[in-house]
Amino acid sequence: MHILGKLTWDAVPFDQPVAMVGAAVVIIVVVGVAALVLAKGYLPYLWREWITSVDHKRIGIMYCILALLMLARAFIDALMMRAQQAVAFHAPGYLPPEHFDQIFSAHGTLMIFFVAMPFVIGLMNFAVPLQLGVRDVAFPTLNSVSFWLTATGALLVNLSLVAGEFSRTGWLPYPPLSELAYSPDVGVDYYCWAIEISGIGTLITGINFVTTILKTRAPGMHYTRMPMFCWTSLASCLLIVAAFPILTATLAMLLLDRYAGFHFFTDTAGGNSMLFMNLIWAWGHLEVYILILPAFGVYSEVVSTFAAKPLFGYRSMVIATMAICLISFMVWLHHFFTMGAGGDVNAAFGIASMIIAIPTGVKIFNWMFTMYGGRVRFTSAMLWAIGFMVSFVIGGLTGVMLAMPTADFELHNSLFLVAHFHNVIITGVIFGVFAGYSYWFPKAFGFVLDETLGKWAFWLWFIGFWVAWGPGYALGLEGMTRRLQRYDVAEWRPLLLLAAVGVLIMLAGILVQLLQLAVSIRTRAQRRDLTGDPWNGRNLEWAVASPPPHFNFAVLPQVNNQEPYWDMKQRAIDSGHLQTPEPHYEPIVMPRNSATGFVCAVFATVTGFALIWHIWWLVLLGLAGAYATFVVFAWRDVQEHIIPADEVARLDRANRAARSQALSRMRADELVVHE
Amino acid sequence: MLIVIAALGALGGCAGSFLQPAGPIARSERLIFLDALVIMLVIVVPTIIATLVVAWWFRASNPRARYRPDWIFSGRIELITWSIPALTIFFLGGIAWISAHDLDPAQPLASPAAALEIDVVSLDWKWLFIYPEQRVASVNRLVVPAGVPLRFRVTSATVWNAFWIPRLGSMLYCMYGMVGTLHLQADRPGNYLGMSAMISGDGFATMHFDTEALTPQQFATWTRSTQASGPVLDEAAYRALLRPSRAVAPYSYRALAPDLFAAIVLQRLPPGYGTAVGAE
Repeated sequence: MHILGKLTWDAVPFDQPVAMVGAAVVIIVVVGVAALVLAKGYLPYLWREWITSVDHKRIGIMYCILALLMLARAFIDALMMRAQQAVAFHAPGYLPPEHFDQIFSAHGTLMIFFVAMPFVIGLMNFAVPLQLGVRDVAFPTLNSVSFWLTATGALLVNLSLVAGEFSRTGWLPYPPLSELAYSPDVGVDYYCWAIEISGIGTLITGINFVTTILKTRAPGMHYTRMPMFCWTSLASCLLIVAAFPILTATLAMLLLDRYAGFHFFTDTAGGNSMLFMNLIWAWGHLEVYILILPAFGVYSEVVSTFAAKPLFGYRSMVIATMAICLISFMVWLHHFFTMGAGGDVNAAFGIASMIIAIPTGVKIFNWMFTMYGGRVRFTSAMLWAIGFMVSFVIGGLTGVMLAMPTADFELHNSLFLVAHFHNVIITGVIFGVFAGYSYWFPKAFGFVLDETLGKWAFWLWFIGFWVAWGPGYALGLEGMTRRLQRYDVAEWRPLLLLAAVGVLIMLAGILVQLLQLAVSIRTRAQRRDLTGDPWNGRNLEWAVASPPPHFNFAVLPQVNNQEPYWDMKQRAIDSGHLQTPEPHYEPIVMPRNSATGFVCAVFATVTGFALIWHIWWLVLLGLAGAYATFVVFAWRDVQEHIIPADEVARLDRANRAARSQALSRMRADELVVHE
Repeated sequence: MLIVIAALGALGGCAGSFLQPAGPIARSERLIFLDALVIMLVIVVPTIIATLVVAWWFRASNPRARYRPDWIFSGRIELITWSIPALTIFFLGGIAWISAHDLDPAQPLASPAAALEIDVVSLDWKWLFIYPEQRVASVNRLVVPAGVPLRFRVTSATVWNAFWIPRLGSMLYCMYGMVGTLHLQADRPGNYLGMSAMISGDGFATMHFDTEALTPQQFATWTRSTQASGPVLDEAAYRALLRPSRAVAPYSYRALAPDLFAAIVLQRLPPGYGTAVGAE
């Protein structure tokens, strides 16, 4: 057998110009960044402060950066698809089917697993421990492992541009199309191993955050005092713990079919592909809520902060969140009403799916009543939230229509369905993470993003979305199915051209966001937030400096009600005592940095790549290396480091001084208002 | 709301839209679709307007808006916020339950005429329509009599596809080794777009076909002329059909090997090759 398994020079797409450009871009970006880092001597800094960091804030930021990079890649896929469908009327277009099919598969895979997931998890990482009033997550080193395994998955998907090809079966590899008989190349293997490896990372994140939220909260932070974002993160992570093992097992079965001649899903020799459909959606439908629930949490934080009011109907919101969390287990079959299950089964799952609209509707109403009687500031974060509310109800409406089995018989797999899930994912999840991005950015970096450009970005995304996917709904009603590389129906053409314009408007939105970031970094001196509380926030993350010190809280806060920091500020303003007596500072013990996550991900990448190409000796080497990494980690002598009390006191005093100045300004404003 | 329906009506001008139904199933499905749409718009449109109005009225710069930072709970409002969506869903759930049974694809249509049976086989990347009573078969062209219930038995010789004629009604998955039953009917003669609605490999985008609904007399004529000429669909011809091909021009078979469809479904004949052939 060949020493490199199936890997030969044929794997590089020299004969396909479009694919070759993609490969070249990947190589140039990776090599270019590596060269820049080495030439400028950034490596020691990056290694010390970021790559080996187990600080939840740093890991959160790295998750968000990964998500933004993958967003750029997957958005290019979107542009290519829109361009293809704009020209492929009665014509082959510029992408042959075998390439077009890879692009829509990669687009969906990347957007769900490597854009939406890491962005949501990144925000969770950054904000949840701060909101809970604690110093880190329950298992800091494992947290780093989670991140780096996710990065491994993203890297493997992008490697498929250079060596071999990606899956052509859509973002979920339905058998028998994804079986070896019908997909003999390495595309599906890239998909499976990338998701298997990153899925382990995600599962660990779920366990980590469930533990963190249930077991480590500041004194006095009862469940009924937890910020809404913590509640929705808890719900999301409970779903991760329940769902991701199903995904891992399902893909493992598919891999056994492909690698070892099993017949789980082959439709021959006793296998059945309907089993895959059920299993994958038993994970897949929960995945939808894993993404949207934390976004709901971000909206709750943003609406409450910028309406200057506590969240309306907090307990109702908690109940609604947990209701969604539970009911979402009982709806998976609505993804395949057209399989012919019969009236009873279809109706039962249809109604269960509709029931989810009830708690979701309650949430929309409660956000509205939070604004009612408030003082609404239209910051860019708030615009994302309002844009979400008006768009998401339409996504919900079309979702309930798709949950009607009989309507679904005419809508399933049409662009109406595709428009629906872009409606809920873009205007729900993506708007949510963008709201969180502009809301928590000053907390993470100590300066505020440019608001004017931020608002431009919102409007471009909002308008671009509706110009792109409004026609999508119409195309679905005109009978256009998804994933068409070419078409002959004249009525579809104008709407597809309009959709292409829409995606260009969204592209402008992304470019404005890049500009916003560049401008804000350049002018950061003027945008400096010294108080740590640029939005007049309500929860504990705003009670620490921006960026927060490594240990977050010099002294763990005592929580007495639902909005501890708002309460603290109000009492200070009302009483005129702007400075509380200085606490007694003690040395703080924090976990040490660890290379475990990164090293283990390097071995995971090697293992994954070797498995894809059947390079068995390298598989063994990779697995041995990953195992050795954990043995070394388990034998570590020193696992913590101590921050001396003096250092804690120095950092905290600076923050306290800035904060009391800000409070006195607020008090002066308050007096002006009252006069 | 009328504007929305009018706009939807305008969309229906298309060859493949169920909003211009050409049969009882698609007509009922359009009704369900419009019912659900209107019922929900009654809630959704006011919600959108109220959200925008509330946000704008309570803007920080509006001195006339009363700031009530302590108004954070109202039992009465919670009751309403839970009741409105709950009642809507209760109502829609009823529609869903009843229609899911009435319009179950396996449910025969009420009609004085006997149903015509057509066996549908999805192949790489074309459609085979077998008429067991007429003992003929057709590739990439579905000819049916108008006004007569049609009983489709749907399967696949290869990977999954979905058999869909939007203007006649429901789609159904085609799966190897399995048979789905789908009842449809065309009200009047016409030409309706049919397609696969499930990605099935490289030739997927070319898997569309014309559905020609003829008068019963014309259908009888078509049957006779089809029986008169063309090749025979025996096992060898079927094995040739299994070879992947794209955009095959429609043609027909004048006769069938007995029990061919059963042989396909019971996997006595091998499955299709899919993309694998191209890669070899």
